[in-house]
Amino acid sequence: MGPARQAAMLSKKEKELIADIWESLTPVAEDIGADALLRMFASYPGTKTYFSHLDISPRSAHLLSHGKKIVLAIAEGAQDIGQLTVTLAPLQTLHAYQLRIDPTNFKLFSHCMLVALACHMGEDFTPVAHAAMDKYLSAFAAVLSEKYR
Amino acid sequence: MVEWTNYERATIKDIFAKLDYDSVGPAALSRCLVVYPWTQRYFSKFGNLYNAAAIMGNPNVAKHGKIILHDLERGVKNMDNLKETYADLSVLHSEKLHVDPDNFKLISDCLTIVVAAQMGKAFTGEVQAALQKFLAAVVSALGRQYH
Repeated sequence: MGPARQAAMLSKKEKELIADIWESLTPVAEDIGADALLRMFASYPGTKTYFSHLDISPRSAHLLSHGKKIVLAIAEGAQDIGQLTVTLAPLQTLHAYQLRIDPTNFKLFSHCMLVALACHMGEDFTPVAHAAMDKYLSAFAAVLSEKYR
Repeated sequence: MVEWTNYERATIKDIFAKLDYDSVGPAALSRCLVVYPWTQRYFSKFGNLYNAAAIMGNPNVAKHGKIILHDLERGVKNMDNLKETYADLSVLHSEKLHVDPDNFKLISDCLTIVVAAQMGKAFTGEVQAALQKFLAAVVSALGRQYH
C-alpha cells in the first residue's frame, strides 16, 4: 500500500490526536528520542551497526541530539499528515542515498517509540492512541523509504 | 533451548510478581483487538466488539485476557522448558482454534506496551529486552506444534 493511502487510513480524529500528542512531546523531544533509541539498541543490537561513528551511551550528547532530531521530524510530520511526502522529501533523499538504513529497522524503531510513549504517558497512552500512533509511524516509515528504489 | 542470564531470570520473575494479572491480561488482549482489529476474527463468539469502548468493556474479552496471563505465568515458572510447557496449547491453537501464529507476536507487543505503561521509568531498555526475549521464546514454543 502506498504511503499516501496509509496516511489516508487515519481518521480526522486520529490525525488530531496524533498532532496533539506530538505537540505536547516537543519540549521533551530529546528525552523521548534518546529513550526510544536506547531501547532499540538494547533489544535489537544489530541496529547499533548504523551508529558505529557516534557515542550512543546513555545521556551522551550524540544520543540526545540524534533522538531530538528524530522526534522533531516525527512531530513536524504530525502537524500535517496529509502532506507527509512533501514534508519528508529531504529526509527521503538522505535515507535513500546516504544513510541507506534497511527499512526493517524502521519497524523496530517504531515499536521502541511506542514503548517509550507508553512509559512516558502511562494510562494516557490508550489503546485508541496506540492504534493511531502505530498507523502514523507506519505511514512515516513508508514515506521515508519511498526513494530507496 | 534458550539460554537465560541471571539478570533475565530475575527480571522476568520480578515483572510478573508485580503484575496484577486480572487487569493486565484483559488490558493486553483488548488492546490487541483495538490496535490490530483483524485479530477479532478469532473472537466472533465473544459478543460486541464493535468499537474500542465495547471491546474494553466486553466481559468475555476480560475473562480470556486473564486466562492468557495465567498461562504466561506457567512459562515464567518453567523458563527452561517452554517447548514442553506449551506443547498442548500449541496443538490447541493450531488444530482446534486455527490461529495464525503471527498473531502471537501482536498480542505479545501489546502486553509489552501495557507493562511499560504500568511500570513507567522502571521499564528500562534492559528490562524491555528481557521481557521481549521471554515473550519471543513463549511465542516460538506456541508455534512449535504447527504442521
